Amino acid sequence: MSVLVYLESWEGKFKKNTWEAATYAAKTASMLGTEAIGLCIGKLDEDASEAGNYGLSKVLKLEGDAFNQFDANVYGAAIAEVAAAQSANTVIVSATFNGKALAPALSIQADAALLSNVVALPENASPFSVKRGVFSGKGFNILTSDAAKRIVLFVPNSIAPEATGGSASVEGTSAGQGSISPVAVKEVDRVKGKIPLPEAERVISGGRGLKGPENWGMIEELAEVLDAGTACSKPVSDMDWRPHSEHVGQTGIAIKPNLYVAVGISGAIQHLAGVSASKTIVVINKDPEAPFFKAADYGVVGDAFEVVPKLTEEIKKFKAAN
Amino acid sequence: MKVLVCISHVPDTTSKINFTADNSAFDKNGVQYVINPYDEFGLTRAVWLKEKQGASITVLNVGNKETEPTLRKALAIGADTAIRVEAEPTDAYFVAQQIAAVAKEGGYDMIIAGRESIDYNGGQVPGMVAALLGWPFVNACAGMEANGDTYDFVREIDGGKEKLSASAPFVVAGQKGLVEEKDLRIPNMRGIMQARTKPLEVKAPVEAANKTQTGAFSKPAPKSAVKMVDAENMAELVRMLHEEAKVI
Repeated sequence: MSVLVYLESWEGKFKKNTWEAATYAAKTASMLGTEAIGLCIGKLDEDASEAGNYGLSKVLKLEGDAFNQFDANVYGAAIAEVAAAQSANTVIVSATFNGKALAPALSIQADAALLSNVVALPENASPFSVKRGVFSGKGFNILTSDAAKRIVLFVPNSIAPEATGGSASVEGTSAGQGSISPVAVKEVDRVKGKIPLPEAERVISGGRGLKGPENWGMIEELAEVLDAGTACSKPVSDMDWRPHSEHVGQTGIAIKPNLYVAVGISGAIQHLAGVSASKTIVVINKDPEAPFFKAADYGVVGDAFEVVPKLTEEIKKFKAAN
Repeated sequence: MKVLVCISHVPDTTSKINFTADNSAFDKNGVQYVINPYDEFGLTRAVWLKEKQGASITVLNVGNKETEPTLRKALAIGADTAIRVEAEPTDAYFVAQQIAAVAKEGGYDMIIAGRESIDYNGGQVPGMVAALLGWPFVNACAGMEANGDTYDFVREIDGGKEKLSASAPFVVAGQKGLVEEKDLRIPNMRGIMQARTKPLEVKAPVEAANKTQTGAFSKPAPKSAVKMVDAENMAELVRMLHEEAKVI
């Protein structure tokens, strides 16, 4: 018995939340009294033994033509085969866009229960129990499974990566070579150097109060000094001021950053549903009656065009001094 | 072309969420139910296919009789027929097995579902259906166009998007972008009248055991009162974010 974790990489590099997934797997393995093994799929330019620092004993590398592009069914089948070869009864997958696509396929191919939208470490080993978010962040539920095998799909930023100082052996695996996907990838358009929203530890978001797309420069500047991702409310993406991929909220992306700064967003219930899991919420709005203040930790009543540049300046000063 | 659109029956997006006194279930009292917003994008996209290419649309829900008004609404928007699998949808694996069974029997060319339902947010069913049928799967689908015998898709990925193509049959888990919110169809009087006479078939579920069980529900801990910071004193906000919240 072991715990297997999918160590997701992109263009040869581990994703930002890969070590969070490794930590999740190591802690789950510790609870289950077993070891945690990592699996990398596709070409990797980084040293996979780094995973040992986050509690993994071994990392397997799976390469082959079938993995040159992501396909949910192909990756799912490969992970199912590796899990079987390693006698893994628990597989940990981070809920990135690709993770969310492959986990259901993996659960069918491995005949395993899928516990998704998980927001914390497992609570209990038998029956296996996890806390998951429900009703778009308005509630939680304990989900249990007595199935022999299970997949845990956990929301990024649910736990902090923990360095243990350990080391992992790295070896290749030939299990699950897979078949070529029937889905052809024609073009990948990924904004270079930008933090994907679900993984971002800090997010700066703008709403209608910014009056137009030409005013987003100050949001981007604040995001840059805070090493944050940028987001927007639904009306803003509906009006094409910002791309849909930045829309956070109930029908956009649900996020869980440590810091969420909402500028000129009144705080409709559908918006809150996608961001209320943020650890700290700062609301900047000129309307003191904006409902978002009720959900905020820190509030500033003022004109965004005056407040945001001042905040950016103060953060620059703080960074220079620290 | 036969299109199967999966419809979840979910609380309206503005619903106040409460649980029963023993926290064992969602309290449905006073809650208005709607078509799951992500499924609505898929349904409207299917109606466009019907109008442009002559597709027939079947909408499918796994649920009890109380979901029939939601299916009738989908018929009023433009679906041709509806199927309700008579079962309580307690587990994604169980629901996926029901949808796959209907799909196998009906000879559909594609299945369109929402990327997740806004009640349990599992996002599991469409991918499971694709795996059960062995069909290609496009998740977080924000664009879909016919291109001869194949279809071109836009899929959201972390920090960007991907353009894909595949041939039918396939499963799409859709979201905004399949159509825009302003283009969502609202049932008109003619549609509502027609929907009353369109066929709604009730099927018995196929045998499939749940793989998960639902335990206690809870609500997020109440937030402490907001701390207001003077707009002239952003140095104080920075200090609070550093010293109290420890986020910078």
